[in-house]
Order: sequence, then C-alpha cells, then structure tokens
Amino acid sequence: MFAVFSALLLGALVVAPVVGSTHISLARVFDRSIPFADNLDAQIFFIARLPRVVAAALVGGSLAASGVVFQALLRNPLATPDTLGVSSGAALGAMLAITFHFDVAVAGLPPIPLASFVGSLCALAVVYALATARRRGLSTTVLLLAGVTMTGFLSALTLFTQYLADFTDTFRTVRWLMGMLDVGSYVPILTVLPMLIAAFALFATLPRALDLISLGTDAAAARGVNVIRAERIALLSASLATGAAVSISGPISFIGLVVPHMVRLFVGSDHRLVLPASVLFGAVFLIGCDLVARTAFAPVELPVGIITAVVGGPFFLWLLMRSSTWE
Amino acid sequence: MLRADGVSFTYRRHARRPGGSSRAGHDVLNDVALSVERGDFVGILGPNGSGKTTLLKLLGGVYQPTSGTVMLDNRPLAAWSRREIARRIAFVPQETNAPFDFTVLDIVLMGRFPHLGAFALEGPEDLAIARGALEETGTARFEARAFSTLSGGEKQRVVIAGALAQSPQLLLLDEPSASLDIGHQIEVQSLLRRLNADRGVTMVLSTHDLNLASALCRRLVLLRDGEVLGSGPTEEVLTPDGVRALYGVDAEVERHPRTGHLTVVPIGRG
Repeated sequence: MFAVFSALLLGALVVAPVVGSTHISLARVFDRSIPFADNLDAQIFFIARLPRVVAAALVGGSLAASGVVFQALLRNPLATPDTLGVSSGAALGAMLAITFHFDVAVAGLPPIPLASFVGSLCALAVVYALATARRRGLSTTVLLLAGVTMTGFLSALTLFTQYLADFTDTFRTVRWLMGMLDVGSYVPILTVLPMLIAAFALFATLPRALDLISLGTDAAAARGVNVIRAERIALLSASLATGAAVSISGPISFIGLVVPHMVRLFVGSDHRLVLPASVLFGAVFLIGCDLVARTAFAPVELPVGIITAVVGGPFFLWLLMRSSTWE
Repeated sequence: MLRADGVSFTYRRHARRPGGSSRAGHDVLNDVALSVERGDFVGILGPNGSGKTTLLKLLGGVYQPTSGTVMLDNRPLAAWSRREIARRIAFVPQETNAPFDFTVLDIVLMGRFPHLGAFALEGPEDLAIARGALEETGTARFEARAFSTLSGGEKQRVVIAGALAQSPQLLLLDEPSASLDIGHQIEVQSLLRRLNADRGVTMVLSTHDLNLASALCRRLVLLRDGEVLGSGPTEEVLTPDGVRALYGVDAEVERHPRTGHLTVVPIGRG
C-alpha cells in the first residue's frame, strides 16, 4: 500500500514540473551530457518549477497529517486545521509578522514561520478552551461552531491588517489571503524545514495512541496510554505543521479534511497506516490541484485554494450527509 | 491484590467529569476503603451518581485520588507506570463508540498496546491472543465487521474481548449490562462468570442492578453519595435494610428456588 502511495508521489514530483506554459522534455532535463548552465530545460525544471512542486508536496502532506491528528484527538471526523480556525490563526500570525516587520528570530527560527506557529497555537487554544468549558468532555458542536466563528473572526483581522500595511507589504501579503504556492525559490522551503522535521518526528510517536484516544480518553488511559502527554504532543505537532505549511503557502482549505477521509477508504482506520498514507497522498493531491490551477486557464494562474475548495466543498457536504458514526 | 485506603476524590472545576450534572468542586468520593483479593468477584452497588464509575477509574489508575492511596500488590498505583498497570488491570467502560470505521479485530488488537514497544507492530502471538479473546467472548464471527455496525450487546462483548487481550489479572467493568436487553444481559453474565471461574480473572463491576449483583458477585460494596454504607459477602449485605439504606426503597429479598441466588423485589418507596 505504501509502495503505491510512494510511487504516486514520486511520479507527481517528476511529472508535475514538466507540465507548464513552456514545453520541456524530461529526457533533456536529465541529460547529463549537457552542462546545467546550457540546459534550459533542466533550468526550467529545477529552478522555475520544482520548488513550487516541492512546496505543494510539503504543504499538502503537512495539512493532511494535521487533519488526521486533529480528527483522532478530538474524536471528530470534521475537525481539521480549517474548521478549527488553526489555519486562519497561522495566516493572521504571518500577516502580522510581515505588516509590522517582526524580525526576531527565536532559536534559529525565522519570524514569519514562527508567527504562523504562534498564531495557529493561539487559535487552537481558544477553540479548545471554549469547547471544554462548562461541559463534560469535549463538545463537538461547540468545537465546530467555535472553529467556524474563529475562522471568520481571524480572517476579518487578517483583512484589517492588510489595510494597515503599506503598499509594498500588501504585495507580499496577498498569499496569506488566498493561498498560493509560487514560492519562487527553495529558500522559503528550507526556512521552515526545521519546523517540519520537528513536527513529523513528533507525529511518528502518535499513531497507536491516536487509535486508542479516538475510542475515549479514559479507555485509552486504561489501556496504558499516557493520554495527557499524547494530547500535548499531538496539539503541538499539528500546530507546528499547520504553522509551517501556512507560512509557505497561506491557508489552503479542505486538504486536512478531504485527504484523510479519502485515504481511510483505502487503508482502513488504523492510524499507523492512515497517518503516513495521508502525508503521501496529501502531497500528491496538492501537487495535482496546483497543476490544475497553473494550467486550466493558462496563461492565467488561479490561486490553488480555489481548486482545493471546488473539490473539497462538495466532498465535505457528501460526508455530512453520509456519516452516521457521529452526531 | 488491590486495596483502596481512605480514598477521596474531588473533580476540579472544568475537569472532565462523567455522570452528568455540574456539581463542580463537590466531593464525588469520601474516605472510601475497599479491598479485592485475587480471584474475587466484587460488585460495587449504588444509585445513579453515587460515585461508582469514579471509584472504578480510581481503582484502574485512570484518575488519581485527591487523598488516600490505591495499592496494587502492595505498591501504590502512582508508583506503577501506565503500561505496567494496563498489563494487570483492564477497564471496560459502560459504552464505547468509534468515530472511525475500525474493524472488530482492530479494536481487540488495541488491547495489546501495553505489551508492545513504542514502535512495535503486533506479531503472530498478539494476533493469536486477540483471536483467542474473540473466541472466548463468542465474537469471532464478527472479526472483520466494522465495530460501529454492531449492536450494543455485541459491542460490549467485543470491548470485553479487547480487555482480555490485555491479558489482565483483574477486570474492572462499569455497568456491564446497563444498556442491554435481558438476552444480552444473560450472555454477558455467563461470560463474566466463566472468565472468573475458568481463567481466574478477578472481577470488580459497578452496577445499580441488584439482581445482576446477587447473581454474579461474591462480595458487595454499597456506595451512596460517595461513601461506603457497608460491605461484605453478598448474603450478608444484600438485605431489605441494605436496599432501603441504598435506594430508599422497601424491598423483599428472597432466595430464588431455581437460580439459588438472592432475588430483590422492590415493593415501594419506603
């Protein structure tokens, strides 16, 4: 099963950069007899297009994994970085960092990804606190309503911040309103790589605990899970991954919802399969959506968020209609 | 084997609490003492909201007592790791729902969690233990079914199978038959009796069903408003006076001629 998903991702990483307004030949790209400086096809492939495809893969994989973690942790198939307001929090954080020129790097982390991470963590904390207050356990209804409200509220703040920004900054902040993947170089990717590596290392410790927690926290504790520690690792790693992804691309909706559910159709519900498969398939899915965004109305490029929403919106509704395992 | 001494428990404000109502800050349990011997079959009896579920969770180390200690094999539960406890004590909640489509075998295999290393996958031995547990609970034929499609009684037996897959010495069951019809109740009862008699699994269950308690348990603990009203062998504790103290109900307690168990017939508010 992993071989299939890995092969899909590898294929997408090679094929996607070939497609575009200028035709290039894959044979020429990998022709070692032509020096790189003279090989226009290789330059287009590696410098112009591959960074964008790699960014799509990392963002897609991170958002999908965060979706899986939130769904299991909150025992709710609709919990995702978007529906919880975590993505909007990350976007607002990035927006504030740019507009007000934060330039403190903490522990080697550059300001924009850091602000994204702090934004996602704060949004999550507010929603989580609301959903657990005055109720026994976690209220699903409050959680989702609070998430939706937070998303609207934070998006308004993000727009307001854009009004405050001066013209040159406005140009830089459009990404965090619409979601775009044209990173331009490998630099933005390398910048967030430490955060992503940390997040994925933490993800790796989670799958079995998530299986057990999804059946109830007390039952999981009785089976030997250190629930509080697992919850903290899960919230931290999912916020890290969402923050890192959003600082690359801005908020791209529906990945965290659609991908885990599609993957479950193929691999079942065991998180030891669902989590890694979602990372791989999330990467493929966003590469695919971005390919459509780049080429469907060429030479005009659509923001990729439009494509993921067009695919994800109906899927979300279908899921609402069909689901019987939660009320 | 398991002993609670002077155990009290208070839910902190905003803490997750089972059993409804918002009595935040109130004592749920007050100075509870209880001891369970190996091979015992103990029933914790009490009305709704008497603290039965909380007591079970304290005995299983799911919650920590506000004061007092719970000792497992003469060592405080707090000194055991979560995994060590789970290899000895399993807990069956009143109700289990899965938000995702786990298969029955998935659910039962999760019981192997405390026996596996952090990144280890279940091996053939774990699979054999899980299949054995399915066999024992009469749920082997559901193995590949989605857990969420089972009936209440089937789910309950699958969750018990998951608990057995933990290879525990002691099983804590919260209202094991509260939501089941009498057909399924009888099934679960005979399963529990068999596990206790044949496999020597020590049983502690909570219930408000007096007749279930008298049919299964050798010893009873009467719990009301978080305090122990009395405890001892079923024959001595399950009396009209005991029932009145517990529920405020006038009842006749007689030995049933065919089952040989004490049978409680409520007469009226007394």
